[in-house]
Formats: sequence, C-alpha cells, structure tokens
Amino acid sequence: MQFGIFTVGDVTTDPTTGRAPTEGERIKAMVAIARKAEEVGLDVFATGEHHNPPFVPSSPTTLLGYIAAATERLILSTSTTLITTNDPVKIAEDYAMLQHLADGRVDLMMGRGNTGPVYPWFGQDIRQGIPLAIENYALLRQLWREDVVDWEGKFRTPLQGFTSTPRPLDGVPPFVWHGSIRSPEIAEQAAYYGDGFFANNIFWPKDHFKRLIDLYRRRFASYGHGTPEQAVVGLGGQAFIRRNSQDAVREFRPYFDNAPVYGHGPSLEEFTEQTPLTVGSPQEVVDKTLTFRESFGDYQRQLFLMDHAGLPLKTVLEQLDLLGEEVVPVLREEFAKGRPAEVPDGPTHAARLAQASAVATAGA
Amino acid sequence: MEPVTLTVVSAGLGKPSSTRLLADRLVEAVVRRLDARTGELTHAEAQPRPGGGSVQVRVVELRDLATEIAHHLVTGFPGPALREALESVERADALIAVTPIFAASYSGLFKSFFDVLDREALDGTPVLLGATGGTARHSLALEYALRPLFAHLRAAPVPTAVFAASEDWAGGDAHTADLPSRIDRAAGELAALVGAAPAVRKPRDGSPRDEEVVPFADQLAALGVQ
Repeated sequence: MQFGIFTVGDVTTDPTTGRAPTEGERIKAMVAIARKAEEVGLDVFATGEHHNPPFVPSSPTTLLGYIAAATERLILSTSTTLITTNDPVKIAEDYAMLQHLADGRVDLMMGRGNTGPVYPWFGQDIRQGIPLAIENYALLRQLWREDVVDWEGKFRTPLQGFTSTPRPLDGVPPFVWHGSIRSPEIAEQAAYYGDGFFANNIFWPKDHFKRLIDLYRRRFASYGHGTPEQAVVGLGGQAFIRRNSQDAVREFRPYFDNAPVYGHGPSLEEFTEQTPLTVGSPQEVVDKTLTFRESFGDYQRQLFLMDHAGLPLKTVLEQLDLLGEEVVPVLREEFAKGRPAEVPDGPTHAARLAQASAVATAGA
Repeated sequence: MEPVTLTVVSAGLGKPSSTRLLADRLVEAVVRRLDARTGELTHAEAQPRPGGGSVQVRVVELRDLATEIAHHLVTGFPGPALREALESVERADALIAVTPIFAASYSGLFKSFFDVLDREALDGTPVLLGATGGTARHSLALEYALRPLFAHLRAAPVPTAVFAASEDWAGGDAHTADLPSRIDRAAGELAALVGAAPAVRKPRDGSPRDEEVVPFADQLAALGVQ
C-alpha cells in the first residue's frame, strides 16, 4: 500500500490574510512540499497539469525532474496528465526521460482535464474527448513498447519509422493509472490494459465511485489480468489535521468556506459527512480513511490533497508532519491486517522490472 | 403487475401554494385514470390485484430542497435529500412537473432542479406539464418555455399542458373548458402513455452495467486503432 499527496497547484488567496503567493512562491512551495513528503515517509508525490490561471503546473516533467534531483525514494506521479490535448509522442519522450533521471521512480495518471477551453487552445475538439483519450493512449503505449513505430490515426500526423527516445528505463514503461470522475469508458480502458484506475473520490459521495471501481474490477478480471481483487485501485482523499479536533475545525473553516472548488456551498459539517474530507484529529483521519477499504476493497494507493484553498506553506508542512508521523504509520499497520496475500502492492519500477524479467525467463 | 411509480415535482414557494394545489389535482386525476385502467387489465387477466394501491406517488417539493439545489450547483454533487428526490424522478414511470410562472418563464428553482438532474434521467418518460400564474396571459409559457425544456431532456410531454390562473379556481372564463376538464384530459393523455411501449430506458439505479459499457475492443475499432 502506497501513501502520498497530490497537488492541484492552485494559486489561491489565503482568506485569513488576503494574500496570495506569487507564481514563483507557489512553485517553490510545491517543491518544498514534495521534499517534506519524502522526509515524513510518504511514498508518492503527484502534480496536476493545468494550462490556465490560477494554476501553475503547466510543465509537470520540469517540476518532477527538479524534485527527482532533490529526493531519493519518493515516487513522482501526475494527477492528471492530459492525454487528450498533449501530443502522445511528447508524453512518451518526456516521461521516459524523467524515468531515467529519477531511476524509475515515475508513474503517471491519464486524465481528460476539466477545463473546456484547453481543448481548442491545443488544437483539439472537446467533443472528441473520449476518442482522443483512447487513440492517444494507444499510441503512447506503442511508442513505449515498440522501438520503431509506424502509426496512422485520426488525431495526429502519421508516423513512419519513428523511435521515441530515450527508450523506457530497463525496457519497462512507467506504470499508468487512468483517472476519471464519471466515465465508465475510462474504467473500461484501464481494465482492458490491466492498468490502474484512480478515483478522485473528492467531489462526490462514495457510492458513485464505488460503482465505477466495481465496474473496473469486474472488467479487469474479464480481460484476464487477474481476479477483481487484484485490480490496481488508487483513491483520493483530503484532510486537515490538528492534534485536537476542535482546533482543526476552527483553523480550517475559513479556508473551507472560501475554497475555490466547494466554498460558499454546503457547510463544513455537511461536506465532511457527505465526502471523504476529514477535518479533525489524526485518529479521525485514520478512521475515515479505513472506511475507504470497506467501500472499495483492498487497494494500492491513497493520495491526499493537502495544499489547496490558500493554506500557507508553513501550515501545509505541519499538516504533512502529522500525516506522515501520526496518520500514515497507523494506516499502514491497519491496512496490512487481513489483506489477502494475492492483493498486489502499489506499483514500483523494481517490481515491474522483476515481473518483466520473470516473464522473459519463463518465455525463454 | 408492478405498481406504477408517479413522481410529482412541484416548484411552488408559498405554503400552501396554488402550484401544489394544481399538482395535487393532477395527481388525483392521473391516479384515477391509471386505477381504472389497471382495473380493466386485472379483469381481463382474471387475476385479483393484491392489496390495491397500483400507483405509488412521490411528491418532490422543491421549496424544501432549495438549499441543497444551490449547493449542488456549487459542488457538483447532491446532498442526501436532493439525491433521493433526483432518483425518484429518474425511476418514475411518469412525471408531473408543475411550476409557477415567474418573469415570463418557469421559476429559477424549477429550472435549477432540472439543471442538476442527470441528462439522461428522463429519456422517454411521459410528463404532464402544469403551471400557475396570476393571470391567464402567462399560459403560453407552458408551450414556449416548459415544453422545449422537456423536449431537450428527451422526455415525452403529453399534448395537453394545464395552466391554472387565479380565476380558474373559481369558474374560469366562458371561452375555454374549465380547469377540471383540462386536468382530466391531460391526465387521460398521461395515463395512456404509462407502460405503453416505453422508449429505451436506462437502469433506474444509475449504476453502469457491464452490458452498458462499450467493450474496449469496439471503442478501438471505431477509431481504426489496432
């Protein structure tokens, strides 16, 4: 089981001070947050990709490459990589390059994005969102798995005799998750390839995500990748933690009330009751997170959103201390209990390399 | 025979409201028509109908959901009470939708409810449209505002829509059929559509079924991808 954080990379005014960080401050803060994640024993740091203000991470592999040099164990990932509007050739190149620089500590999550104008800005048609996700990803897979590619599709210039460089590290492409908030087509895509499926899990009550994940698990098995329990599932979550529950609520309320995504809507109390958000003590975060397993089955990766809504860097770093020192160790212990042996661990390059070698040996 | 599920959406704001009053009159007329029909069917099949109650009516008062509807617009997901209401609309065999006419159209609350309803929730669902207003001059709002909305939602609104102006609660005017007969005609039209060769309806619990998912090989083939 892997634990980590994912960031949207928003530049948001701190509602308690009226001050917003500069883009430079926010970018450096993301680096500090990633380093902290490694320091407190988390496994994964994932960044969003956006091409409009108030978001800064338009160039994920630049950010992740820099973080790779500043860390040693942390897996670097995305949440999400826009498979619809990025050229799949550039994704293949960028992330293979990052894989080498990070010694394999790389995976990525495909998504379609939620900002309509990004499609026309990058020369695409939003009505083709799902077909773009399907065709582009099929090409990306081919570029990582075949040294010389001939390709013709609907959405990009054909390729003749093209080799994407560098080749994936050790001949093992990065693991891929597919993230979706509501599309069964994407759960089906993840199942077809035996890739991971990540449910953002933040904006909706859990029943909705449960239906998507159950579908993914069933289809994963029907495509012969293993049992439904062996499907690779990741979940989002979010928390604001203080040792004392009342302190957490008091401190977080102004950020919640003004949060760009859900502020000025339901009360913090309603929202925490209806969604995975926990605002409270480490034990409350543990308790809520453990319910995810009851709903979705044993899973492989839990990412928390911790650095949004204008929270100052100092607060976020304190949050990560609490998450890494008082929440995740308990979760590791609890999630290990009763976990069937056949349920896979979270994906790593080393494990995938060993698996590829075993397959090659068996085939020889 | 499964009971018929009739869901009523009423957007009246007063308590009591004339919109709800009209809704109740429409329900009563529709239930009467459906009961009469079920009685005939039962007779023809020579099977006693267990326990009566062939129509299950669920009334959704949007006034009580106003806050949750606003929250849904902001957060993108429904609170518990709104969710239950949305599901009852999705599951309905027939819908009665009644709104006051504000500023030449349906009320904003009425529209907001249908804005947060799943886009496919009403596919093929028979709908009886009703509206209330201070004067009969607003009655065509049913035709130029409500009917296109339900056409967009691919519902099946019946030909007669019922408008009740203040004076209709007395005798109406000399030139049109009175309110009870308009209600009765519309109710008959709705009852006739219930269970009659329904259009393709999606599963009513909203969950994606395996057979609903286009197999990935077909999705690839549609793009000509190997």
